[in-house]
Amino acid sequence: MYNFEFAKPSSVADAVAALGEEDAQALGGGQTLIPTLKQRLASPTKLVSLKGISEMQGVCTGDDGALCIGGATCHATVAAEAGAYPALASTAAHIGDPAVRNRGTIGGSLANNDPSACYPAAALASGATIVTNSREIAADDYFQGMFTTALDEGEIITEVRFPVPEKANYQKFVQPASRFALVGVYVAKFADGVRVAITGASNDGVFRWAEAEAALSANFSADAIDGLSLSGDDMISDLHGTDAYRAHLCAVMTKRAVAAAA
Amino acid sequence: MPKDGGIGASSKRREDVRFLTGAGNYTDDINIHGQAHVFFLRSDIAHGTITSVDTSAAEAMPGVVKVFTGADFEGVGSIPCGWQVTDRHGDPMQEPAHPVLAQGKVRHVGEPIAAVVAETLAEARDAAEAISVDIAELPAVVNMKDALKDGATKVHDDLTSNLCYDWGFVEENKDAVNKAFDEAAHVTSLELVNNRLVANPMEPRVAVGEYARGTDEHTLYTTSQNPHVIRLLMGAFVLGIPEHKLRVVAPDVGGGFGTKIFHYQEEAFCTFAAKACNRPVKWTSSRSEAFISDAHGRDHVTKIELALDADNNFTAIRTETHANMGAYLSTFAPSVPTWLHGTLMAGNYKTPLIYVNVKAVFTNTVPVDAYRGAGRPEATFQLERVVDKAARELGVDPIALRRQNFITEFPYATPVAVEYDTGDYHATMDKLEEMGDFAGFAARRAESEKNGKLRGLGVNCYIEACGIAPSNLVGQLGARAGLYESATVRVNATGGLVVMTGSHSHGQGHETSFAQVVAEMIGIDESMIEIVHGDTSKVPMGMGTYGSRSIAVGGSAMVRATEKIINKAKKIASHLLEASETDIELKDGAFSVAGTDKSVAWGDVTLAAYVPHNYPLEDIEPGLEETAFYDPSNFTYPSGAYACEVEVDPDTGKVSIERFAAADDFGNIINPMIVTGQVHGGLAQGIGQALLENCAYDENGQLLSASYMDYAMPRADDLPMFSVDHSCQTPCTHNPLGVKGCGEAGAIGSPPAVVNAVVDALQSAGKDVTHVDMPLSPDRVWAAMNG
Repeated sequence: MYNFEFAKPSSVADAVAALGEEDAQALGGGQTLIPTLKQRLASPTKLVSLKGISEMQGVCTGDDGALCIGGATCHATVAAEAGAYPALASTAAHIGDPAVRNRGTIGGSLANNDPSACYPAAALASGATIVTNSREIAADDYFQGMFTTALDEGEIITEVRFPVPEKANYQKFVQPASRFALVGVYVAKFADGVRVAITGASNDGVFRWAEAEAALSANFSADAIDGLSLSGDDMISDLHGTDAYRAHLCAVMTKRAVAAAA
Repeated sequence: MPKDGGIGASSKRREDVRFLTGAGNYTDDINIHGQAHVFFLRSDIAHGTITSVDTSAAEAMPGVVKVFTGADFEGVGSIPCGWQVTDRHGDPMQEPAHPVLAQGKVRHVGEPIAAVVAETLAEARDAAEAISVDIAELPAVVNMKDALKDGATKVHDDLTSNLCYDWGFVEENKDAVNKAFDEAAHVTSLELVNNRLVANPMEPRVAVGEYARGTDEHTLYTTSQNPHVIRLLMGAFVLGIPEHKLRVVAPDVGGGFGTKIFHYQEEAFCTFAAKACNRPVKWTSSRSEAFISDAHGRDHVTKIELALDADNNFTAIRTETHANMGAYLSTFAPSVPTWLHGTLMAGNYKTPLIYVNVKAVFTNTVPVDAYRGAGRPEATFQLERVVDKAARELGVDPIALRRQNFITEFPYATPVAVEYDTGDYHATMDKLEEMGDFAGFAARRAESEKNGKLRGLGVNCYIEACGIAPSNLVGQLGARAGLYESATVRVNATGGLVVMTGSHSHGQGHETSFAQVVAEMIGIDESMIEIVHGDTSKVPMGMGTYGSRSIAVGGSAMVRATEKIINKAKKIASHLLEASETDIELKDGAFSVAGTDKSVAWGDVTLAAYVPHNYPLEDIEPGLEETAFYDPSNFTYPSGAYACEVEVDPDTGKVSIERFAAADDFGNIINPMIVTGQVHGGLAQGIGQALLENCAYDENGQLLSASYMDYAMPRADDLPMFSVDHSCQTPCTHNPLGVKGCGEAGAIGSPPAVVNAVVDALQSAGKDVTHVDMPLSPDRVWAAMNG
């Protein structure tokens, strides 16, 4: 990696200030950024670690019943402490391996918006709110394509608020090498309807499957997916699976998620 | 009862204490005062003409000691190839030059163009980025069949084509084989790919070059399976350094799997640069570099045909293989698809007529060479797949078809030039049927089906040739080296001893198992024996470890040297005991006179050898040190039968291995625990090839699977608990220990079992699937089911 300055502020305000410098880069758990730096594919002048900000740590329940997770909370903590939202805790418990789960953070994952990451599916299916140092962004507005989000330059995810659904489940079919999601489907059933978010499959990153949501809102059972299918036209085709295979897996994993949730 | 020590005991691996407590001494642990670091600027283009390399900016960067380009290596030798194959027409293979740093052209992604030596690695890397390289890109040659078409772009302009050789074996049998096919009652034909692999030893390659100006002596520390071979190849062919001025040390090495046999450019560079810079020069490969610079394995595309008569006897085998050599000939690359592959095509079966054709092809990819099994997995895979397919076509039991065609009388001369000394293929199959609980398979399949899964059972046999090999034979076949092994046994005055072996241990546990053999022969405790390897200044000229040869060849050399020690010690003992030498017996570390209670301890004899006050100086010299070189009279032929049971998820195509049984015949066994471990490791790599690993290039010669994000290594949860047995033992008849070798069997025998099992599972669901190419990843299996 190239040389860089390193800052570890203890407050959001200090972090925002530090990120105001040109070519400064926020550092969460570094699970994507550090390998990128090691390959010399990025050259920030300054890394601003968010790990020292206590107000961005931890899991709690908000007044409205939503599960609130600090942006710098690592996956292992979510797995252990998000008992109020078991499907989310289970999702966190199956990201990467123990080393990843004890370094990687929810804010880092959502800010990076890797098209094969798990948390984007959880946030989108749950209708989460992405809270930053300056505003609140609905998940539906937040994810804007592969590695693209609504975040402005220097904006920090301080908290993520998850409404807790009646039922939910995440089914991940892993890519054999990386064990990221080749296709991951997160299904969340709320009183007012079902949301289905899919990661790993699309060239546009995480997306909602409207047809499945409508069918499941009417009948929350795996059978409701029978006969539904997604087009592979805009899906990822690579060494590990064709677009048609990914489209097929979307339906299979959706059914399994519903069956597991129901 | 398990033994406490010696041959047959599961002695704990003594070397593991240092490996597991961080006390090992790997090449990267070697840091020499004044050492500089090298970073190689490697081509990111698969094929192109270098129009300019401007290093001026790099030379001015902080910390830079010297920048090297191809121009610095004009007049330096080419990285040599150690095996020359003669083609069907009697002509030698085409053999291109292989420069240390690219000369004029780049021919694969990863080829080093320039090298920066600097005070630190970071400074070297910074400076390498300041080197300006202009390359006029040429079309990349990637697909082997396209590479052989008329008018194809040539990888090497000075060769007539991209064909390295067109090998036929046995060429004289070709017409008879064709006739047998014309007369066959049934012919089964199968086209398949043996997928390209990256060896991925846990320790990446490292080289440290050192030069002593005062004595003009070079030292290379390197991650090698055979330091003497590196000394010979690099000294004699590349750098022109005589052996007495060149020491090569391969200390603890963290896995080789074949890819650390070969002599690489980085070794020659560090040795050369250490003198040019008058500084020790160190290179440690990153994992990313390893993917594009370690020799890859396998990469065969094959059509195999099996002819049977009306009674289902095999009458002939005919194969046509395209074997990828990559851009240059790695050290033993030409031998892998030929003599290590064609000679094994008889397998376990008495097929009277065999013809093997291999076209070796140059492409703009990383060189391909031996990887665990080297040629024998490729032979086993195609043979055991086509036999399985034949059984299904004929509607006969695959095991019965195999048994019907087994070789049962030994020695057996195959139609492909080798003679199996011993074996009992029915015995290993009997053992397998018991271990695999085949009788219970139907019930397990029914249970799987209840859970929506397809269950399949795949069985195969294998034979391999290990313990390479008689030097005079391999010389006739094109080897540019002898393939004996050496050992020196140095007994110390107080009775402990050191064995200096030409074999090299890079994880196999030689320090334990070799000591067990000598302990058994003398009757002393294993702790009195030290095994030394991996240093050309300590060990007699040895050929190293590959091809499961260490115990069969290196162990035999050690036995011969130890026998010489014992013979001399008996002479000394007979003097001390005032008895006839013929009456002296050695048992449990003491020499006694037969039929009496007179004896003298091992330590008394060794002390007498070095303090020869009461000693027959007129008859024998003082001291107790002996060397032996052992050149085997034949290969050894381990064999076995493997069974794999899989579940396939029909909705996703995902394969999970539920059971795996391996019944091997390795002849006699020194340390059963180590043998079991070797089989486990081999199975993991074979299953990795079958289900997960795939080294893939795109049409531009870019490596798609260039990191662990895309190259799937087998992990513990990809594997079942293995059931391993090696109680079937037909000892080798021609080496003193009766051993055959066990290092590669697992990787050779397991891929066809996995594929046979998956095909069985898919056919159980009525799918018309006769083959799926490895790796059997979920998308491929799903596509096969829905194709």
